[in-house]
Amino acid sequence: MPENMLSKIDYCLHLADNALILCHKNAAWCGHAPSPELDIALTNISLDLIGQARNFYQYAATLINENNAKGDSVTDDHLAFLRDVNEFKNCLLTEIPNGDWGQTMLRQFLFSNYQYFLFQQLINSKDEQIAAIAEKSIKETTYHLRWSSEWVIRLGDGTPESHSRMVHAVQELWPYTGELFLPADYEMDCLKSGIGADLELLKKDWWNKTHEIFSEATLSIPGKSFVQDGGKYGKHTENMIPLLTELQYMQRAYPGCEW
Amino acid sequence: MDKEEIYKLLEEIQDPEIPVLSILDLGIVRDVVWTDEELEILITPTYSACPAMDVIRIHIQMMLSSNGYKNVKVTQVLSPAWTTDWMSEEGKKKLKEYGIAPPNPKQQVCNQELFMAAEAVQCPHCDSYHTHRISEFGSTPCKALYACDQCKEPFEYFKCH
Repeated sequence: MPENMLSKIDYCLHLADNALILCHKNAAWCGHAPSPELDIALTNISLDLIGQARNFYQYAATLINENNAKGDSVTDDHLAFLRDVNEFKNCLLTEIPNGDWGQTMLRQFLFSNYQYFLFQQLINSKDEQIAAIAEKSIKETTYHLRWSSEWVIRLGDGTPESHSRMVHAVQELWPYTGELFLPADYEMDCLKSGIGADLELLKKDWWNKTHEIFSEATLSIPGKSFVQDGGKYGKHTENMIPLLTELQYMQRAYPGCEW
Repeated sequence: MDKEEIYKLLEEIQDPEIPVLSILDLGIVRDVVWTDEELEILITPTYSACPAMDVIRIHIQMMLSSNGYKNVKVTQVLSPAWTTDWMSEEGKKKLKEYGIAPPNPKQQVCNQELFMAAEAVQCPHCDSYHTHRISEFGSTPCKALYACDQCKEPFEYFKCH
């Protein structure tokens, strides 16, 4: 398989894995959110994320099958349920524990902010299918970003209790934000061939928005801090194995089972 | 091939989540193409994860094959992205009669303005505009929850997208 095709497949898997893993984390709030409306809201966001993940997995599966005439063909389900932990390319931010409602909202904001500007660039991707998925997804992400921004402001600029919890959430999550903008090999290849996003540019947009929301939320952006990375290459935190054990259990225990 | 006849058959297929709407009312059928003895129906999802898409795909296959069309292919296209602007006027009327407030004609939700006032949505039961939003999200990705301050009935709003 040509090198740039491998990069394109890895890039699609990376985008799909981000959405799938965050979807799975958010879905754990189902039945536990502070109110029924919020329960519905967060599961709706999860549903959007799984749709985006599925679109990217289906495209990755098509590319894999087209370029692998001899091997067994794969489907989106294989890619989600039968890959091992070191094959997952999601950013570490998406696999961090939910914490309290504030931490989940902050993680959603940090991620949706990234995804929003990512899709804005990918709409112009030279790859038609990646551009189409981005065009479809950005309408949903717009909604997620607005909703999670409001929660970060509401809690950050809320009561002393909610404020102190948000300060804690910032400390917890901030070390994982740097990885979003550290390009993996496959991201650099895709940028060169005109199908991927420019993470330098993305970082500027993300930073401006984060600055705007944090200042309204009376939260400070931490100074220089250590950057945790590795997720894009399959090196994950200790959270990832229990997460996949739960996510993949059914297909591992009963291969090929269907509803 | 008679395109009109195929559209007539497609008109009979309902949205499984909102059975008063046909898939044509919803605006998700983008084209009907006939190539090399194969009939291709192009559909687009309302939201990326719309759970109704798989069911709709099967219903299209069944409807056409039971009417004598042999090689039918249903293809999902994502671009241009679906918008509530594509919902037919007839569809909006049916939605209201069914008790769901139809989408407002002008895009008011998909932007980044924070804490903005909720859209003025007309109650599908008593036509009052004295309504308030309970949640931006509802029982399906395409709806939000509202309540009427006039007749006190809660209702769903098919949100503008």
